[in-house]
Amino acid sequence: MIRLALVLLALALPARAEEIVLGLSRDEVAITATFDGSDILIFGAVRREAPPPAEAGPLQVIVTVSGPHAPAIVRRKERRAGIWINTDAFEVDAAPSFYAVATTAPMNEVLSATEDLRHGVSTPRAIRAVGNLIPGAGTYVSALVRIREEAGVYRLQEGAVDLEQETLFRTALSLPANLVEGNYTTRILLTRGGAVVDSYETVIGVQKVGIERWLYNFAQERAALYGLMSLAIAIAAGWGASVAFAGWRR
Amino acid sequence: MQLYLPIAEVSVNIFLILGLGGLVGVLSGMFGVGGGFLITPLLFLAGIPPAVAVATSTNQIVASSFSALLGHLRRRTVDMAMGAVLLAGGLVGSGLGIVLFNWLKARGQVDLLVELSYVVFLGTVGAMMFVESVNALVKSRRPGARPKRRKHYWVHALPLKMKFRVSGLYISAIPPLLVGLSVGVLAAIMGVGGGFVMVPAMIYLLGMPTKVVIGTSLFQIIFVTAFTTMLHAVTNQTVDIALALLLIAGGVIGAQLGTRIGARMKAEQLRILLALLVLAVCGQLALGLVLEPSELYEIEAGAPA
Repeated sequence: MIRLALVLLALALPARAEEIVLGLSRDEVAITATFDGSDILIFGAVRREAPPPAEAGPLQVIVTVSGPHAPAIVRRKERRAGIWINTDAFEVDAAPSFYAVATTAPMNEVLSATEDLRHGVSTPRAIRAVGNLIPGAGTYVSALVRIREEAGVYRLQEGAVDLEQETLFRTALSLPANLVEGNYTTRILLTRGGAVVDSYETVIGVQKVGIERWLYNFAQERAALYGLMSLAIAIAAGWGASVAFAGWRR
Repeated sequence: MQLYLPIAEVSVNIFLILGLGGLVGVLSGMFGVGGGFLITPLLFLAGIPPAVAVATSTNQIVASSFSALLGHLRRRTVDMAMGAVLLAGGLVGSGLGIVLFNWLKARGQVDLLVELSYVVFLGTVGAMMFVESVNALVKSRRPGARPKRRKHYWVHALPLKMKFRVSGLYISAIPPLLVGLSVGVLAAIMGVGGGFVMVPAMIYLLGMPTKVVIGTSLFQIIFVTAFTTMLHAVTNQTVDIALALLLIAGGVIGAQLGTRIGARMKAEQLRILLALLVLAVCGQLALGLVLEPSELYEIEAGAPA
């Protein structure tokens, strides 16, 4: 009985022939007042116990970085009585605020469709929409991806990962200026012949610091006081400008 | 030079925002409009999230209107009595408007309603002002034409008469209260100060002189927008003080310039310019409703999970 359990366990957890050792140029991004984007270098090595299997195809690397997930409503416009109005809406349960995929080769060579489904790698797969079963839901999800790709927050960079001698890999990722706070999940997947060999996950923390942090907390926690401060500043600025101009005129 | 805005969570060019604020400030000082119907769409274009753009522009309008109002107070072109009556109506109106807005929001299509009411109101107001002021300008050019006597509207027959000394009016308090009320409702629904509706209403419905109208409108706008700013800050936390400061810095300077320019121009010319501006914005919005959009889908991001 024990022997059978051990065998099953051994089958369930095959010894990984190839493993990822990762480095990050930074695991924190501080949003300061002058923040206008940030570059992160993601690099690592593949550790192996035995020589790489020859028949399984070349080693490929996929790097994904995902911002915090949030629900989103996608609305569609239609022409009614000559004007364009919102007619239908579809709710996506969770879509990342930022999503970047970098690979060593074109996506279809790197990862098979079933493995993509299982690991949720490509952008449409990274969006969770339970109502995906509703007919036509796919067009809403692809609209979401299209709009966010145009805005530069969803990216697919095929061939952007450098892999040397099937051992050392690195890629540079530029985070945009309109970055939302939160934990950015970074995943590295090794694949051979479209199948995932090993994966590794880590988190890059993105946080406002200094005056940005202070103002944000102030606005959230003491909303009424913050509103009054905003008004006081507005009135003072209006008065100051009026006085300054009256003096300048004389 | 870039600045990351703490509430809007985007990085913007400082000089672009300063310029936007200045432009709207000039208009504010010249015409007595808050400029909300201009600054909000301009901020959308600059990449600011709509909720933050709407809330922050109300704060900016407080500053530029206050700066312009001080200019008008110095010239004694503010009818405080009229302003107070309008404001009383306005506060009740914006309260009603917020209730109406939420009721419509629960039924969807609130965006469409806002856009349609913009097109209808801007179109009517703009066209009326344009025709009237062109006529007035033509008449004033004709030599020997006698100035027309002040008309007696139906509004003069109502009870509760009050003296509005600065405007030179002795009329019932009911019409200004109603004007204030309906502008308050519109302001809450459309997210603006309501100056562009208020100014023509004061000229054509109440028969106030144009020079007094602008200062009085500013007086009323300050209170309505201050009220709205507080409401946004408390309920949605969408007032971005860094963005507001940039807009204010540009806006207060612009408003002073605008007041100077306005004081040197003829009332009819001012009205023609404002009419053209209102019509241009109206046309832009109408085109947006009628033309096929390049992207049929839009994303409304929810609260972070």
